[in-house]
Amino acid sequence: MSLDPATVRRIAKLARIRVDDAEVAKLQGELNGILGWIEQLNAVDVEGVEPLTGAAQMSLRMREDVVTDGGMADAVLANAPERAGDFFTVPKVVE
Amino acid sequence: MSLTDLTLAEARAKLRARQIGAAELTGAFLSAIERLNPRLNAFITVTPEQALAQAREADKALAAGDARPLTGIPLAIKDLFCTAGVRTTAGSKILAPFVPPYESTVTANLLRDGAVFLGKANLDEFAMGSSNMTSAFGGVENPWKRQQDPDAVLVPGGSSGGSAAAVAARLALGATATDTGGSIRQPAAFCGIAGIKPTYGRCSRWGTVAFASSLDQAGPVARTVEDCAILLGSMAGFDPKDSTSADREVPDFAAACARGVKGMRIGVPREYRLDGLSDEIEALWRQGLDWLRDAGAEVVDVSLPHTKHALPTYYIVAPAEASSNLARYDGVRFGLREDGEDLIDLYERTRAAGFGDEVKRRIMIGTYVLSAGYYDAYYLRAQKIRALILKDFTDAFGQVDAIVTPSTPTAAFGQGEKMDDPVAMYLNDVFTVPANLAGIPGLSVPAGLSADGLPLGLQVLGRPFDEESVFAVGAALERAAGFVAKPELVA
Repeated sequence: MSLDPATVRRIAKLARIRVDDAEVAKLQGELNGILGWIEQLNAVDVEGVEPLTGAAQMSLRMREDVVTDGGMADAVLANAPERAGDFFTVPKVVE
Repeated sequence: MSLTDLTLAEARAKLRARQIGAAELTGAFLSAIERLNPRLNAFITVTPEQALAQAREADKALAAGDARPLTGIPLAIKDLFCTAGVRTTAGSKILAPFVPPYESTVTANLLRDGAVFLGKANLDEFAMGSSNMTSAFGGVENPWKRQQDPDAVLVPGGSSGGSAAAVAARLALGATATDTGGSIRQPAAFCGIAGIKPTYGRCSRWGTVAFASSLDQAGPVARTVEDCAILLGSMAGFDPKDSTSADREVPDFAAACARGVKGMRIGVPREYRLDGLSDEIEALWRQGLDWLRDAGAEVVDVSLPHTKHALPTYYIVAPAEASSNLARYDGVRFGLREDGEDLIDLYERTRAAGFGDEVKRRIMIGTYVLSAGYYDAYYLRAQKIRALILKDFTDAFGQVDAIVTPSTPTAAFGQGEKMDDPVAMYLNDVFTVPANLAGIPGLSVPAGLSADGLPLGLQVLGRPFDEESVFAVGAALERAAGFVAKPELVA
C-alpha cells in the first residue's frame, strides 16, 4: 500500500510534527520507499507464532509500592524552557 | 611510546605501578583532543577541568594504594548517557540546552570504579543512523584514509561514531557506546577497534536517552578485546531502576579473553553469504574461520533461515518504539521550545524545529505502523517474525558455542554517500541487527584491512549472558589477526 499526501499529513498530525506543503511531497516519497521495502515481510509465514515483545526473556519484577523519590521540584524544573514558580507553563488551553 | 598509544590494560598497569601519573595521562589525552578534535569533531563537549579534577583524585587514591578497576583511566562518554551537571544532547537540537540533574547508571558505575571522563562523544541524532551524519552537531571524520584517495573524508560509522573515532585516533583509552541495531559494532569495524554489545539486560538503561527500549543496550568500545572486557565489567550489573535489568552476577570478562577456543564449536550461518558480498569480506571471513580452526575450534555450518527478514523487521519495531519514546520531547518540561498559537501548535513547531530529517522519518514510520488499522499488518507481524528470528538463534546455539560473521558488508564509506536513500543506509546494519532483535551478545574485532587500506571487522555472536565465550573467540581472532595498523589521523 502506498501513502497519499493526505495520509502523510495525518501521520504528521498524529506525531505532532509540523510539515509544510513542500515537505509533504518529499516525505511521501521517502516513507513510501521505506514501507515498500518493508512489504517483503508479507511473504513470511507467521501462522500460529506468538509475538515477541522484547529481548529480555524474563518476567517483570514486582517491588514494594512505596515512594522512593521526590521533593526535588527545583531539580525537576531546572531544564524547563519556561516556568512560573513551581509550575511548567504552556499557552492557555481553557477559555 | 607515547602515553596515548597505551592500551587501557597497559595504562592501568603503569598507573598501579606508579610509573605514570593519572593527571599526566589525562593531560596527554586532553592535549590530543585539543589538537585533533577541531578536525575530527569526535566530541560535542570536552570537560577538561572535570577530567583533571577526577585525575587528581585518582592520583591520591593510587598513592594511598586504593586502586579500583578503572582508577585514573580517561574515557569518552557517548552523549546519550546522562551526566550530572554536564550537558547531554543525544546529538539533537531538541536536547541542545539539556543539563541532566542526575547520572546514568552506566556512567555512575564507571565513576564508582575510578574512571576519568574527558567529555561527551558525538553520535547520530538519538542514535538513529549508521554514519554519524544525522548529528545536529555535525559529522565526525573517520581517522582512517583510503590509500588511493587520502583526501576523501570517510564516516566513522554510527551511531557511536564519535566514541569509535575518538578511541581509534587515541583521544581516549576507551568509550561508552550504545547499540540498538549495530551502533557499537559497525563503527568499531569502520574505525579498526573492538566493541561489544552485551546481552540485553546486562547494562542498565537507566539514564540513557531512549531510542527503542526493547533493543537498546549499552556497551564499550576500546582498542583491544581485553580493554572492552575490563570496561564491560564496570559498566554491567543489576539495577533495580531498570525494569529489564538482569539480576545476574557479572563474570570476570577479562579472564575469559585468555581462555582460548580449543574444543569450541563455531557456527557459520549460510544465510549471511549475501549476494554481492565483496570478495575481500568473504576472504577475511574464511581467514577468520581458519584462524579459529588452527586454534583448536571446530567450525560447522548453521542455518538462520529468518535472518533475511531481520532488517525490515527492525525498521518496524525500532521506529514504533522510537515514536513512543520520543513523544516526551514536547517543548514544555525540558529541551528546546518554539512558541505557538496554542499548545498543539507549540508541540508541532517545537518538534519540527528540534528533530532532524532521519528522526522525523522514523517517528512518522513508527506512528504509522502503530496507528489504528495498521497495527496488526505491521507491528504485530514484525513481533511474530522477531520470535522466529530468536528461535533460529536458540536452535543454532543448541549446536554451537558461538557464531562468526563479518561485522559489516563494506568498509567505511565517504561522508555524503548513501544520504539520499534511507534504505541503502539501513543496509549497513544487515549483519548486526539480528543480535538486537534476539537480545544476544555481539562483538566486533578488527581482523584485517581492505585493498584500500581500511579496517574490516569480524563479528562474534554468543548465547544470552555468555559474553565469556564471545570474549574468548574474539580474543583468539585478535591474537591470530595481529592487527597493528594505525589510522592516518592519530594523536
